[in-house]
Amino acid sequence: MSATRKRPGNISRFFRHARGDSPFKRLIIHALLIFSCAISVYPVLRVVSVSLRPGDRLLSTSLAIIPEDATLQAYRTVIFDKPFLLWLWNSLTITVTTAIIGVILAATGAYAFSRWRFPGRAPGLVFLLTTQMIPAAMLMVPIYILAARLNLINTYRGLALAYSVSSVPFSIWILKGYYDTIPHDLEEAAMIDGATKIGTFYRIILPLSTPALAIVFLFNFMMAWNDYLLARIMLQKAEMFTWTLGIWTLAGQFRVEWGNFAAASIMIMIPVMSLFLYSSKWLISGLTLGAVKG
Amino acid sequence: MGALTGEVIARSLGQVGSMVVLTFFGTLAVEIIIYLVLGKVLKSKHTLPYMLLAPAAVGLALLVVYPIGYEIRLAFTNMSLRHFRDYTLSLMQGIDNFQLAFTAPVLKQAMFFPVLGRTILWTAVNVVFHVAGGMGLALLLNRPLRGRGLYRTLLVFPWAIPQVIAVLAWRGEFHFEYGFVNVMLRSLGLQPIQWYADSFWNFAAACITNIWLGIPFMMVIILGGLQSIPSEFYEAAEMDGASGWQQFRAITLPMLRPVLTPAIILGVIWTFNNFNVPFLINRNELETTDILVTALFRAAFEYNRYGFSAAFAMITFLFLFAFALVYIRATGGLRGVYE
Repeated sequence: MSATRKRPGNISRFFRHARGDSPFKRLIIHALLIFSCAISVYPVLRVVSVSLRPGDRLLSTSLAIIPEDATLQAYRTVIFDKPFLLWLWNSLTITVTTAIIGVILAATGAYAFSRWRFPGRAPGLVFLLTTQMIPAAMLMVPIYILAARLNLINTYRGLALAYSVSSVPFSIWILKGYYDTIPHDLEEAAMIDGATKIGTFYRIILPLSTPALAIVFLFNFMMAWNDYLLARIMLQKAEMFTWTLGIWTLAGQFRVEWGNFAAASIMIMIPVMSLFLYSSKWLISGLTLGAVKG
Repeated sequence: MGALTGEVIARSLGQVGSMVVLTFFGTLAVEIIIYLVLGKVLKSKHTLPYMLLAPAAVGLALLVVYPIGYEIRLAFTNMSLRHFRDYTLSLMQGIDNFQLAFTAPVLKQAMFFPVLGRTILWTAVNVVFHVAGGMGLALLLNRPLRGRGLYRTLLVFPWAIPQVIAVLAWRGEFHFEYGFVNVMLRSLGLQPIQWYADSFWNFAAACITNIWLGIPFMMVIILGGLQSIPSEFYEAAEMDGASGWQQFRAITLPMLRPVLTPAIILGVIWTFNNFNVPFLINRNELETTDILVTALFRAAFEYNRYGFSAAFAMITFLFLFAFALVYIRATGGLRGVYE
């Protein structure tokens, strides 16, 4: 704490990797951070606030977080009178299928990229990177037309198939980075003991990669869970809607449904945010692993 | 419509189950073919890696490569809702499509180049604010500070919320009468703003929303980079009497480069391709808020000009690709990527 020399405070000290900040400077830093936190959290609190308003007081210019006549009416309406549970079920079915298929595809593919040198390896890796650049909106037309020709519009299958592949390139990069850090000696020792290549993959590599596999599962899951564009194109019947489409129909009618929109949002937000905040440390280490290490 | 019944559950599980079974047997068939052809007939020593890669490769081929090929074909047709099955495929039609993209409105009134200009502005504004905001917050958080964990968690909120919810909530809050943005402006004694109807402010609303959404990602990435810089560097610089700004320029920025370069590339690509924010915030469907990807969506699914929008999509992709190539060349950001 006392290693740094104190110097008269000028603005440029702000940029220094300082250990001992003066109390005044600390005050400023806290003020800045509190202000930023307010900006990042306030819109979320507003959603909470709107969801608690009674139906006849939806339109109000009050800025209070908890309205004085708070009620859970909107939550009851959304659960019992709206197809909210159906939307959740649709999303869940599609998303879980997608994530499982995506992880299997990536886990095996990444193993090949990590442990073998074969013709087509380098172009393959570059190709995977390039696919990340293709705008989702660009492939919408062909995917829609192909799906229409194959009768996959308005089906769980069509959407699950389309999602399961879309995060494979990214997943392969992350998993390859992780496999690369597992020492080859382990596999060699197992091979000397008579295990096959596939056996070592199954018994050694996969168990050791559980954290990375979890990250990839989560990524696939989140991508499909939060998607709006592809669902909007592939699903036209209201009974097939995923939650993103459903909640859009609620938000469409500002006057009538605003409270219901807010209540539905809160119910979806809470599990997603807890999962995200809980796992954010690994998610981020996974991201930098894929991006920086290569 | 409405309720979640046993019948719905049975139907969905049946559909998904049959799909999984089909994919499984399809994969099995592919694996056996590779094993027999490569392994038994050609005796290749690369049989095993190819077998491991096959499922992902087949999936990508069917759902990425084939659609791209199909898109290129589509660009040379006049397919639209009226000509969905009886479309014509010819070189002339293709040239026509590409020409139309530059000479005629891509939507009702919007021409290509203004939309491109707006997309570039959109990308630049957002990425600059993301990086600047993320850098500022990361520098603040990278100090010994009470309550750092709490600050960090609260600041990550915008990233943690599902994007569709965040955008729709912001859209509601831009309401002229009851949204908190205008309520606050009024209480400050300022003129409220027509966020939905005014073309400039609608675009600004999309930018505000997206900046709010994107700062946490950059903050977290930069914070990770800052924490990996050894503090000896700063101590040495301190001894030599370097000022804070000099330390930032000479140590922090260069050391952050390996983290910052890929993050900026990703940021540009994501922002350029961002569909949800400009599309959903745009309540009155103003063409003056459309960027290339949302214009693409409208051309295809609101005006149903499939052939034309395929050509439009290819032009859009070429611009992005050109940017990425130039940037990667300039920064050497992807050196050693396939080591």
